[in-house]
Amino acid sequence: MTAASDTVVAKPAKSARPSSFRLLTNNRLAALGLIVLGIVVALALLTPILPLDNPDVTDPADRLLPPGTAGHLLGTDHLGRDILSRLLWGTRVSLAVGLSATLIAAFFGSLIGLVAGYFGGRTDALLMRSIDMLMAFPYILLALGIVAVLGPGLLNALYAIAVVNIPFFARNIRGVTRGLAHREFVDAARLSGKGHAGVLFTEVLPNVLPVIVITMSSTVGWMILETAGLSFLGLGVQPPQADLGSMLGEGRKLLFNAPFVSVIPGLMIFALVMSINLIGDGVRDVLDPRLRSGALARPSARTRVDRREVPAMPDRETDDALDVIDLKTEFTVGSSVYRAVGGVSLDLKDKECLGLVGESGSGKSVTAMSVLGLVATPPGAIVGGRVVVDGADLLEVSDETLRGLRGGKISMIFQDPLSTLHPLFTVGDQIAEAIRSHHPVGHAEAWKRSVALLELVRIPNARERASSYPHELSGGMRQRVCIAMALANDSDVLIADEPTTALDVTVQAQVLRLLDDLRREKGAAVLFITHDFGVVSEICDRVAVMYAGRIVELGTTDDVLSRPAHPYTRKLIDCVPILGDPDRRLDAIEGLPPTVNRLPPGCAFADRCPRVRDDCRAGEIALADIGDRQVRCLYPLVETEE
Amino acid sequence: MTALLTVENVEKRFGGGRSLFGGAKRAVHAVQGVDIAVNKGETLGIVGESGCGKSTLARMLVGLDRPSARSIRIEGIDPSDFERGNTRVLAKKIQYVFQDPVSSLNPRKTIRTILETPMIHLLGLDKPAREARLEELMQAVKLSPEFLDRYPHEFSGGQAQRIGIARALAAGPELIILDEPVSALDVSVQAQVLNLLADLQQRFDLTYVFISHDLSVVESVSDRVAVMYFGRIVEHAEARELFRQPRHPYTKLLFDAAPVPGKRSVRGEAEPAELPDPYAPPPGCAFAPRCPNVRDRCRSERPTLAADQPSPTHAAACFFPVEA
Repeated sequence: MTAASDTVVAKPAKSARPSSFRLLTNNRLAALGLIVLGIVVALALLTPILPLDNPDVTDPADRLLPPGTAGHLLGTDHLGRDILSRLLWGTRVSLAVGLSATLIAAFFGSLIGLVAGYFGGRTDALLMRSIDMLMAFPYILLALGIVAVLGPGLLNALYAIAVVNIPFFARNIRGVTRGLAHREFVDAARLSGKGHAGVLFTEVLPNVLPVIVITMSSTVGWMILETAGLSFLGLGVQPPQADLGSMLGEGRKLLFNAPFVSVIPGLMIFALVMSINLIGDGVRDVLDPRLRSGALARPSARTRVDRREVPAMPDRETDDALDVIDLKTEFTVGSSVYRAVGGVSLDLKDKECLGLVGESGSGKSVTAMSVLGLVATPPGAIVGGRVVVDGADLLEVSDETLRGLRGGKISMIFQDPLSTLHPLFTVGDQIAEAIRSHHPVGHAEAWKRSVALLELVRIPNARERASSYPHELSGGMRQRVCIAMALANDSDVLIADEPTTALDVTVQAQVLRLLDDLRREKGAAVLFITHDFGVVSEICDRVAVMYAGRIVELGTTDDVLSRPAHPYTRKLIDCVPILGDPDRRLDAIEGLPPTVNRLPPGCAFADRCPRVRDDCRAGEIALADIGDRQVRCLYPLVETEE
Repeated sequence: MTALLTVENVEKRFGGGRSLFGGAKRAVHAVQGVDIAVNKGETLGIVGESGCGKSTLARMLVGLDRPSARSIRIEGIDPSDFERGNTRVLAKKIQYVFQDPVSSLNPRKTIRTILETPMIHLLGLDKPAREARLEELMQAVKLSPEFLDRYPHEFSGGQAQRIGIARALAAGPELIILDEPVSALDVSVQAQVLNLLADLQQRFDLTYVFISHDLSVVESVSDRVAVMYFGRIVEHAEARELFRQPRHPYTKLLFDAAPVPGKRSVRGEAEPAELPDPYAPPPGCAFAPRCPNVRDRCRSERPTLAADQPSPTHAAACFFPVEA
């Protein structure tokens, strides 16, 4: 192993995503909120130096002047005070109270949440039950109670509002902390010698901070409203000082003869709270990792097909169950384009099991998902090729037809059965649903068939197990249920995406055997995706090896495993320890696969290949036939047999 | 050879105790009656499937979980530190490499901060000493020093695992617990990391406890191997001997179930079989319901791990071990 080759090749890529602030301003509503709030805050900050009347000086002679009067732009109130001046001074007070109450509530609430979430157990129970008690009071009643005890006044109103909002922070932060407290980096920090306080404040807190910010941004507006509410009731700011709520309260009595006295502060509250909430939503959209990753973006029902090149349909009738011709699938993230599948051609023959082998990022799963248009759009799109089943191109058929094919003629089995099965329905119901969406049968009949299917996948006590929920079954049992579901409509093609990777080795053996038996019994063709050559030899007739989005070798399992022709296949086999051969030197492949947004011209494996020559890097290398197999290499490891 | 770490009859129970109204809560024995000794400089492999208690055992060895009885000893450390989960004391001697390299690194810290933490808190090194040590560590795990100021998400799984290993090495431990260190990695990267671990063991005279579900990986790295099933060690031997001639039917089943590239060799069970209910463990051998050569005695009496086998170092907890 040489240090040089490791360190030079593997430079992490800088992210091509736009910055957080850019994302925020791209959200038009949030940008509008930002502008409105900016103006209001600027006015509030400038109030002391603006040429305004004293807000508290009464002038009974000039009472209730309408807006637009000279010298009183927004008119005067019932004591003849200038409304503009009171409005700006009042906004200062409301903003200051709202913000400080938020900070106080955020500080104490987050602290309680952090401690409760991190330590768990009794500490958690004690703290959270106290919070629950606080929440059991209607908030306005609680605030009134606190003010009643402490006496009316601005500062007391602030305390009351802060206390009332502590539970909101505590519960939010506790939830997030709970999830983080059991993460491995927390254990790692403890093993680095940090005490609990150190772990909590230097490891957990930085990861919780975005949530605190999100919670704050969505509460500030609310707190300003609550301050206004208390002042409106006469419990906050005391006369003659103004804040938005007390102005509203004073104007209430004059609502009919001088509506502007209450409408103006009302509009200010509206503008303030609305702009803050818009920004809050924007901030949440930007900072929330789930929203950021696009998980909550609604993907379309099928992958967008936007083919730049369309190969000709195969001219003759084949007996292939599935033909993939020069399939290309890309992901566009920010400004970079990831060519996840860069021209894959596969022919899955009737009743055969074809293995698709590769490391993560080689495009094997995306290939499989593209067949049924299951790649999420955005960011994915199919940009070239054809997927032919029964003489029809699946990339061209109507949505209706495609839906009929999914789970009908072509079914999929996924890696993690726990996330594939719906947690709230019994497994029998879920299989019955799969049957009923393709066959016009009643529920009783479908249920009977699903029990039969569960028996087929050799689940003991199938009749009772059909009414179990997924969490009541073990991993192996759940995967059997998924297989039963895939077999429910006598599919011709099964696409199995790492179906045994999440299982224990003894369970994997059971499931592999079951799959192998059933595919022969049912006469289904299987596209079996895996990274494990051991599993390939167990079940596959032929195998295709993928690297950086393309097939580099395709042949019968025996040929490819015993006499690999592509250097990558050779290295991939050699770097796996083999049971019963502990002395075999592990021949690691140096470096990392290229990222598919920056593929080199020529062979993608060239940088890691021991046999590389200059012309490997020169240009496109075709998948060439060598005997009855295909290899994408200029200098394959086996001689051409012709 | 001297034993660096000895574990005697260690036990870990989850749950149990009394509820608010005095009812007894159900308890699960995650690890029960485990005896192991790890010799200086060797690699002890621990193999088992999910739920067998291997990770719980590993976490007890570094103090992340507390054993239910005072039974772990390592030279120079008070056994009560294990009981109290006193990681600050233990971490200087024993370190841990996590399964998921990316989630074991705090996403908001640079690699430099992550690697400096043990140097500050465990060794109390000053700035120049830390700089020197950082350089030495990065060179040891074959990463370029320019990576120090980057954040974990910028790294691939293999690189992140090297950083995880560097973090474990930072405090200069004698024993490293490797909890499935390569199972989250791609096969080509897996070999790089296994080779790196072998180099480091030689260079720093380390002792490893290597935990994995992957038999072929364990076989290629271990001097001795213990097989765990349902919270107990069911077989324990020199690696060569165990893999040449498994005695316990469960070990045999594991071997038969492992797929081997280029061979169609898997002989699994025909019927689905699972672990027993942990809340109601069977009175006899936990493997009895799945065992091909089970007899009446197995269901009523629990076999102990005994070395009355042909070789004194080869022990299997079975009344009717597999014949050669």
